[in-house]
Amino acid sequence: MERIPILRMGEFLLVTIQVDMHDRLAMRLQDDLTEKIAETGARGVMIDISSLEIVDSFIGRVLANIASMSRVLDAQTVVVGMQPAVAITLVELGLELPGVLTALNVDKGMEVLRGTLAKAVEEQGGDRHPT
Amino acid sequence: MIVTRHESLRIQDEDEIVKIRQQARRWAADLGFSLVDQTKMVTAASEIARNTVVYGGGGTVDIEMVQAGDRQGLRLSFVDAGPGISDVELALRDGYTTGSGLGLGLGGARRLVNDFEIDSRPGQGTRVVITRWK
Ligand SMILES: Nc1ncnc2c1ncn2[C@@H]1O[C@H](COP(=O)(O)OP(=O)(O)OP(=O)(O)O)[C@@H](O)[C@H]1O
Ligand SMILES: [Mg+2]
Repeated sequence: MERIPILRMGEFLLVTIQVDMHDRLAMRLQDDLTEKIAETGARGVMIDISSLEIVDSFIGRVLANIASMSRVLDAQTVVVGMQPAVAITLVELGLELPGVLTALNVDKGMEVLRGTLAKAVEEQGGDRHPT
Repeated sequence: MIVTRHESLRIQDEDEIVKIRQQARRWAADLGFSLVDQTKMVTAASEIARNTVVYGGGGTVDIEMVQAGDRQGLRLSFVDAGPGISDVELALRDGYTTGSGLGLGLGGARRLVNDFEIDSRPGQGTRVVITRWK
């Protein structure tokens, strides 16, 4: 069965989409990621779409679903590397990606994930030791 | 308007949606479309092709390079013999869906191309023609 590999890097999961995904493959990625977050307790998910030549309403919906599903499992999703032509087209298509954090590239995406994680730890600490 | 190149493809399943995206990309590149214009046309094609599969029960697409005066364009005509759309204006509205989508496909595709035609009759099927000029 064709699958998109999910890599684990410490507390984060990393997915690089390298093919023009048909709809079933995109749905499978959504399911696989959900399972993997639950199984590993990952706190962040980075999806690299720099090889994707289009994002249509279906793939957009899958990305939004992954983001909201990961939030329920206490993980933050960031989508990185969207090509400029894809971004321009998305706006005209009318697709907003609610709740989906984006970053320019993998490095920036890492910063975003580390940042949200650090903030979460801080908030938890604050709860335990109110000042 | 003259047709300078033509090809017909079936659209029965999602693998064929991918094929249409690839073919539309190739033809748009052959026409010398900019990357942004290619992306817009391919995205519109993907939306209409998916509707043809999901709602129309499958159909065909005619891919054509067309010329009008000194303008060249890419025209895609999607035809299915599915249930049709009773209220086309409503279907074109952003956010309207009878399925589990976002209801963006038709309205979004219309914004992404230069010419957009839709002809649908309940019980007979749907025909959507999209054209983007260079
Ligand atoms: N070929 C078709 N045959 C019959 N009904 C169609 C066809 N194409 C579209 N429709 C109807 O028009 C509605 C709107 O289509 P549109 O593509 O805008 O949104 P969607 O497919 O429901 O969601 P999205 O495209 O955002 O995933 C569909 O829900 C469907 O009821
Ligand atoms: Mg649609």
